[in-house]
Amino acid sequence: MTAVEEVPTSAAGNPIGFGRMVRKEDVRFVRGEGNYVDDVNLPGMLHGAILRSPFAHAKINSIDTSAALELPGVVAVVTGKDLEGLGLAWMPTLSYDTQAVLATDKVRFQGQEVAFVIAESRYIARDALELIDVDYDPLPVVADAKKALDPGAPIIRDDKEGKTDNIVYEKWEAGDEAVTDAAFAGADVVVTQEILYPRVHPSPMETCGSVAHMDPVTGKLILWTTTQAPHAHRTVYALVAGLPEHKIQVISPDVGGGFGNKVPIYPGYVLSIVGSIVAKRPVKWMEDRSENLMSTGFARDYHMTTSIASTKEGKILGVKVDVLADHGAFNGVAQPTNYPAGFFSIFSGSYDYPAAYCKVKAVYTNKAPGGVAYACSFRITEAVYAIERIVDCLAQELKMDPAELRLKNLLRPEQFPYKSPTGWEYDSGEYEKTMKVAMEMVGYDELRKEQAEKRAKGEYMGIGISFFTEGVGAGPRKHMDILGLGMADGCDLRVHPTGKAQVRLSVQTQGQGHETTFAQIVSHELGIPPEDIEVIHGDTDNTPFGLGTYGSRSTPVSGAAAALVARKVRDRARIVAAAALECAPDDLEWELGRWFVKGDPERGKTIQEIAMAAHGSLELPEGVEGHLDAQVVYNPPDLTYPYGCYICVVDVDPGTGQVKVRRFVAVDDCGTRINPMIVEGQVHGGLADGVGMALMELIAFDEDGNNLGGSFMDYLLPTSMECPDWELGETVTPSPHHPIGAKGVGESATVGSPAAVVNAVIDAIAPFGVRHADMPLTPANVWRAIQGNPIRTDMAVE
Amino acid sequence: MQTPAPVEYAKATSIADAISRLEALGEDSRPVAGGYSLIPMMKLRLARPETVVDLNGIAELRGIRVEGNELVVGAMTTHADVLSSAILFEHYPIFREAEHVIADPIVRMRGTIGGSMCQADPASDLSAVGSALRGTAVIAGSAGTRTVPLREFHDGPYETVIQTGEILTELRYPIRPGAGSAYEKVERRAGDWGVCTSGVFVVVSGGVITECGIGMAAVNADHYCAPEAEALLTGKAPTEENLKAAADAAANEANPNADQRGPVDYKRHLASELTLRALRRAVAASQGA
Ligand SMILES: Cc1cc2nc3c(=O)[nH]c(=O)nc-3n(C[C@H](O)[C@H](O)[C@H](O)COP(=O)(O)OP(=O)(O)OC[C@H]3O[C@@H](n4cnc5c(N)ncnc54)[C@H](O)[C@@H]3O)c2cc1C
Repeated sequence: MTAVEEVPTSAAGNPIGFGRMVRKEDVRFVRGEGNYVDDVNLPGMLHGAILRSPFAHAKINSIDTSAALELPGVVAVVTGKDLEGLGLAWMPTLSYDTQAVLATDKVRFQGQEVAFVIAESRYIARDALELIDVDYDPLPVVADAKKALDPGAPIIRDDKEGKTDNIVYEKWEAGDEAVTDAAFAGADVVVTQEILYPRVHPSPMETCGSVAHMDPVTGKLILWTTTQAPHAHRTVYALVAGLPEHKIQVISPDVGGGFGNKVPIYPGYVLSIVGSIVAKRPVKWMEDRSENLMSTGFARDYHMTTSIASTKEGKILGVKVDVLADHGAFNGVAQPTNYPAGFFSIFSGSYDYPAAYCKVKAVYTNKAPGGVAYACSFRITEAVYAIERIVDCLAQELKMDPAELRLKNLLRPEQFPYKSPTGWEYDSGEYEKTMKVAMEMVGYDELRKEQAEKRAKGEYMGIGISFFTEGVGAGPRKHMDILGLGMADGCDLRVHPTGKAQVRLSVQTQGQGHETTFAQIVSHELGIPPEDIEVIHGDTDNTPFGLGTYGSRSTPVSGAAAALVARKVRDRARIVAAAALECAPDDLEWELGRWFVKGDPERGKTIQEIAMAAHGSLELPEGVEGHLDAQVVYNPPDLTYPYGCYICVVDVDPGTGQVKVRRFVAVDDCGTRINPMIVEGQVHGGLADGVGMALMELIAFDEDGNNLGGSFMDYLLPTSMECPDWELGETVTPSPHHPIGAKGVGESATVGSPAAVVNAVIDAIAPFGVRHADMPLTPANVWRAIQGNPIRTDMAVE
Repeated sequence: MQTPAPVEYAKATSIADAISRLEALGEDSRPVAGGYSLIPMMKLRLARPETVVDLNGIAELRGIRVEGNELVVGAMTTHADVLSSAILFEHYPIFREAEHVIADPIVRMRGTIGGSMCQADPASDLSAVGSALRGTAVIAGSAGTRTVPLREFHDGPYETVIQTGEILTELRYPIRPGAGSAYEKVERRAGDWGVCTSGVFVVVSGGVITECGIGMAAVNADHYCAPEAEALLTGKAPTEENLKAAADAAANEANPNADQRGPVDYKRHLASELTLRALRRAVAASQGA
């Protein structure tokens, strides 16, 4: 299978199957006619607003809501005490921890939910918040993860029986420690570097919100909500609130970006449900930008002490990582149960060496909960950053070109499927080829020459490489579940009598283009033009069960399901065609969109003709029911392993520390490309993310636990001014175990690019003796690194 | 969505109308120009005027002209108009250079020079430019009009000498034949406020700097200027050594705070580095003129 097979074109000019086509959903989006949660307005709907804690850690003595209740237009004010009565003051997180819906005993992070006002308008609700009087006793704060385990540190989770420390989990490990220690003992060179992946935030354009409508007559709850996982959410609401699952409909309409931010269940969603039960009217809750940045799922906050061992010729012998993970006040990460550090253990990366070991310790701090978000493929972002940074540190130590060092150690094609030292089985790859394509595109050797010439003149440019391997498409039910829900996806396909089809997905798009990609997958299998295939998603009443869109799993899991359900329809169509053509099914052969008689290509039936026949009066063989509908559940045999090589070129002004990203070459191998244009769009977005994280995005905290990234004036997202013209390339190594060979690409660029940018900046300022500085590499941080004193970025700048 | 507290709106039709409304409404009213500073503060409820008096309908507050030996810019002139003004560019390229790095095109379409001056944000670029050029503010109230040198215009961060019932109507900048000017800014990202900025003008004549002005934003220099550095330069030859000494002196007149934009040592370094870079370019421009 190649990247773009020649495929016929439909009447509308679209490829019948794979190829570039304009996204079907774009028409409504570019016209501003999308339908987001905030566009849902129901008769009699009320508005909720959340009062949030100004303190990071404080005891609540009392809450006086009387003045708020007197404000005309206020319908109700709910506090933690009220929820306690309903058994709803606490809710489970997706990682078997608990999180306060509304604080009862104390607040544990700045921005935590304290009370919920329900009022006739959004403005009144907001006005009423100011009238609620909360009496707090501020407590000592743990904002610095490194101090969370100090003796005498205040205990954050004293709500848990017998909790006497701030440990989420003490030790989670992967790989073989003894083997790795032995490899290190025998090495010529060992390099160790403390590497921080600071706290960042996915900050989707649309913030989180919900509209809850508990119909008092039917007892049915309809919840319009910003979720990446409507089915999982439905089940969790059923389990938490004791609502009958058959009477819950979760609708995720158009979603304005997710990036993992919309996987968890937030107190606001629960409060809108409670509000609609209490008020017997629909209740809308939409958070504002600062609420989104300060209280919803953040990403990273991983302190990674990383070591690498090698021979003096640069053959890598082993890698060790010791992680201190900051999970905030509640362990609100969303990841498969058996993987408390996500897929971090894939940190051995793209290189061939036998010894790797990591251990992770996770702590509570007085910071917002979360931890797995922002397109990280379950912490592969952290893993890739650690390995790609430490490989560059090693190159510097060995005085070896970082490209040469990588080429010397990359896995070779004949090693696939490759069992990694921490237990992953990479499905396929031609790493060296991909890296050479990237080096060729960027003109690596000429750039190194230019760099040498510039340095002689006192000008500083840098070239940074990142080679990443991801494992996506979680996952095999046997060892991957979230809250006990296995990660297999259903898919239904209906082919109507006129040959138009509807495919129903469990996954939900937040901008990835599902309405196009999945139509193309079905089109590829059945020959129905993509414009004749409607993709239905985001509504639990109208789609089969599945775990949702995150971790780049839609194409690897649901994409496979869509291909297989279409093949099932194709097989049924064969029986119908055989009946119509009065021959045996085995006598028929498939070509795109048509079954025909072997050796007599003129005699055949198109899929549209077959659809009509299947619904008509044609006599079908004994036991064949008619119609062409089918359904499947796809349980992936394993993850798929997209990979790529990114090369970034920067110019640094040492007088100001400013970094200009001059060029960025990204060569991705995501297996089969269903719609190359959508793939490129995903990569563009992810590269912008990578530039953002490397250079500016940050949520830091001061010692008092104040959030220093709570608005877009403080939390900087990159603009077009910071992004160069992306130069994209590709190699195509299809996944051998995926029905169409696709590997998923939603997060590749976000995972792979930060290391390329950072490596480039460090390469530029290496002549000043710099080996490492933590992200974000703001002008101040770069200048300080040049002075030999880089900034500690997780805490307030001093 | 961020929601402001309840607020009334009034549209002023003339300078006199604006003044009489603001005077009648008193301390709980605020004029609104582009709204790009005031309205975000209202949404965050950091500002909660009971009434905003809109100045956008007052045509006489808008426009750029030469009057005698002064450049006159109406308070309601937008950033975009300042950016594209050929008159300002002819005399002082510093305006265009500063405007290029103020916010983004959207903000520049509505945000005004008067709003920028009155907001008196410590990082306000046009405040640094105004102080460098030693401009004056023209302020109108019911008692008439007064002028205040921009180097006396501020009462500290976010505070100006404008009283309730007064509005800023014009900004005036002396024209200096042969002047060269330049603006330097380091920001973390396009559209962000400066980490440190420096804007200067110099007049080089007969091999010496006869007059100069140095303005800085975001580093808490008194009235956004560096008079000691200016004194060091005046009457001196524009040698690299002299420029460097002045730049270092300017850095000493900065009193930066550490924040997420950077630590104190970095900002102080920038005050010197950027002043030096601006001086070099301004000197070259003046010598070329
Ligand atoms: C995203 C963003 C980025 C920005 N970046 C920068 C930057 O990099 N550099 C920079 O310098 N600025 C920046 N700004 C601020 C921008 O320049 C604003 O336009 C300016 O600060 C205020 O101008 P305005 O016309 O919008 O004033 P408004 O917001 O309408 O008013 C500001 C204040 O001035 C008062 N006021 C306004 N006009 C008068 C008057 N004629 N008389 C008396 N009082 C008056 C108002 O009452 C109010 O208190 C940024 C703004 C935004 C939103």
